[in-house]
Amino acid sequence: MFATSVATITAAGTASKLGTMVLGLAVFAVVFVGILLFASLFKGRVGEKVQAVAFVGPTLLFISIALIYPAILTIRRAFYDGKFFDLNFGSLRSRGKFVGFENFQLLWTTPGLPEVFRNTVFWVVLVPFLATAFGLLYATLIDRARGEAAAKALIFLPMAISMVGATLIWKFVYFYNGDPGSNQTGLLNAIITKLGMDPVDFVGNAPGNTFALIAIMIWIQAGFAMTVLSAAIKAIPDEIIEAAKLDGVSGLKMFRFVTLPSIRSSVIVVLTTIAIATLKAFDIVQASSGGKLGDSVLANEFYNRSFVTQQPGLGAAIAIVIFLLVMPIIVFNVIQFRKDA
Amino acid sequence: MSTATPPPVSAAVAGVAVGEAAREDALPRKKRRRGSAAGNAAKSVTSPWASVIAIVMALAWTTPTFGLLVTSFRNQADIQETGWWQALSTPFTLSNYSAVLSGAEGQPPLTDFIVNSFVIAIPAVMLPLFLASLAAYAFAWIDFPFRNLLFVAVFALQIVPLQIALLPLVTMYQNIGIGGTYWSLWLSHSAFALPLAVFLLHNFMKEIPASLLEAARVDGAGHVRIFFQVLLPLITPALASFGIFQFLWVWNDLLVAITMLGGNAGNGSNAPLTMVLNNISGTLGNRWYLLSAAAFISIAVPVVVFLSLQRYFVRGLLAGGTKG
Repeated sequence: MFATSVATITAAGTASKLGTMVLGLAVFAVVFVGILLFASLFKGRVGEKVQAVAFVGPTLLFISIALIYPAILTIRRAFYDGKFFDLNFGSLRSRGKFVGFENFQLLWTTPGLPEVFRNTVFWVVLVPFLATAFGLLYATLIDRARGEAAAKALIFLPMAISMVGATLIWKFVYFYNGDPGSNQTGLLNAIITKLGMDPVDFVGNAPGNTFALIAIMIWIQAGFAMTVLSAAIKAIPDEIIEAAKLDGVSGLKMFRFVTLPSIRSSVIVVLTTIAIATLKAFDIVQASSGGKLGDSVLANEFYNRSFVTQQPGLGAAIAIVIFLLVMPIIVFNVIQFRKDA
Repeated sequence: MSTATPPPVSAAVAGVAVGEAAREDALPRKKRRRGSAAGNAAKSVTSPWASVIAIVMALAWTTPTFGLLVTSFRNQADIQETGWWQALSTPFTLSNYSAVLSGAEGQPPLTDFIVNSFVIAIPAVMLPLFLASLAAYAFAWIDFPFRNLLFVAVFALQIVPLQIALLPLVTMYQNIGIGGTYWSLWLSHSAFALPLAVFLLHNFMKEIPASLLEAARVDGAGHVRIFFQVLLPLITPALASFGIFQFLWVWNDLLVAITMLGGNAGNGSNAPLTMVLNNISGTLGNRWYLLSAAAFISIAVPVVVFLSLQRYFVRGLLAGGTKG
């Protein structure tokens, strides 16, 4: 009887959830159709103007309210103290105390945060370069090979998986059985013990666990690098390759002096894109230990400080730091692109 | 892009890459298959080694997933005693899947959260598609003051990491009474997606020959009719590729969900699968018979979407844009 009632509740819950979804979709569709109907009422010169406003207006309004305004509030919040994050948010009337740059000072005076910065540096340096290197290597190796599409899908697939899922997959590879004499059921420790060495608690101890988690991000991002670079390699004009061949260039030299320079801008784009994704990724650390084992990164501390330790001012300061770190990478990217174009 | 998913190509390639993608599609299939002379030349010398390295890499990239997949079909006792590579000597079972789906070890049944993930993802894909297709059309084909300036502004917003907008949004939603609801998730995901969506769809719309639109205008069609009858059918592939991007992104998201729902992934909550997975990864410790099955249930949908629509996904990736 208990089971039946649970099933009924679940079924009712599901129906009401789906109802909410249909309602949401209907509201969004009505907005969409409403805009179009409204815009079609006007003709001629005036119509042109009304249509421009009706088409662009909703997006601009939405972005302003849900993206720009909150961003400004976050920047403001970073200069106030207070325990709960809603003290200064949502209204311009502030009940927290203005503390100047105190929250930013906390960035290096709070115990544990200097290590977070150090870990973040490891992530942002290692992930882009290694993921790009693996992606480029693989793209070059399988180019024109039989079954290229299938071979690509193998490397590419981790990108479809959530970072939480990927972390679980790898936690199992890293799994450590502390009980001496018992079987190691994690793949890596099984190999290590077969080779006669002691098993390692990969995700349990700092600073090693940071590198174990970095490997997961590389595993995810290599497929992205491979896809973009493979497209770039295929876009190199055949004449360039033929000319180099006539000059007797081949093998690694061909790669170093012909292929690599030709895809230079794509390589930079891939490096910078992965660097940005890495700076913002919090899921891997969160799903592994929550950052409690000396393996935290900035994006994870943003969440921890804002919600877990209830220091929203510090959380806001960390968000600003992430923003400031991302910005130069993108500016560099755009400048680089301009130079090439 | 928190989210494993679409680590999006930077904005910079976009202009070029869209053209490339279009050209690549235009080429007859036979010609494309020839591949590039560059790869060929590099390989001809290092060939045996090349194959070995490629195979080793492919194995290294697939083995972890395969190992957990095998594990999800083994009995609890077997998982604890032997590695998955010895699975052939032990029986296989579906009990792990039925256990997580109906709720085991004090966990809420996973079926609820599968529904949540769909209910969150579908409207969160449709709303930005609706809004962005309109805005992209105006930016591409209607002349109005400050058009370029506004477009660059929207484009530039892609660099804003979502972390910086997230906290105030939570309070704003609470103030208008939709805190912790699906609406808060739909609106947040849409807001974070719009800059990329507008940029991506604009690039595709610009590719459409102006003569087509001129012809429609001469026939007396207004912007609304042109949008519906001329442009929408032509940019369906672009809509599809952005839609897939956004679906995978929302489905795989953890940060927005955990923030908006205040970390509540309990029974009857609106939490998506990723949040439950994150929770049990901590609470279930090393009970791999549950973790492995739960992981594969959450992975199944994006992988199927991805494999069946890979062509659109890659096109979207190459057409690029960064995502908060």
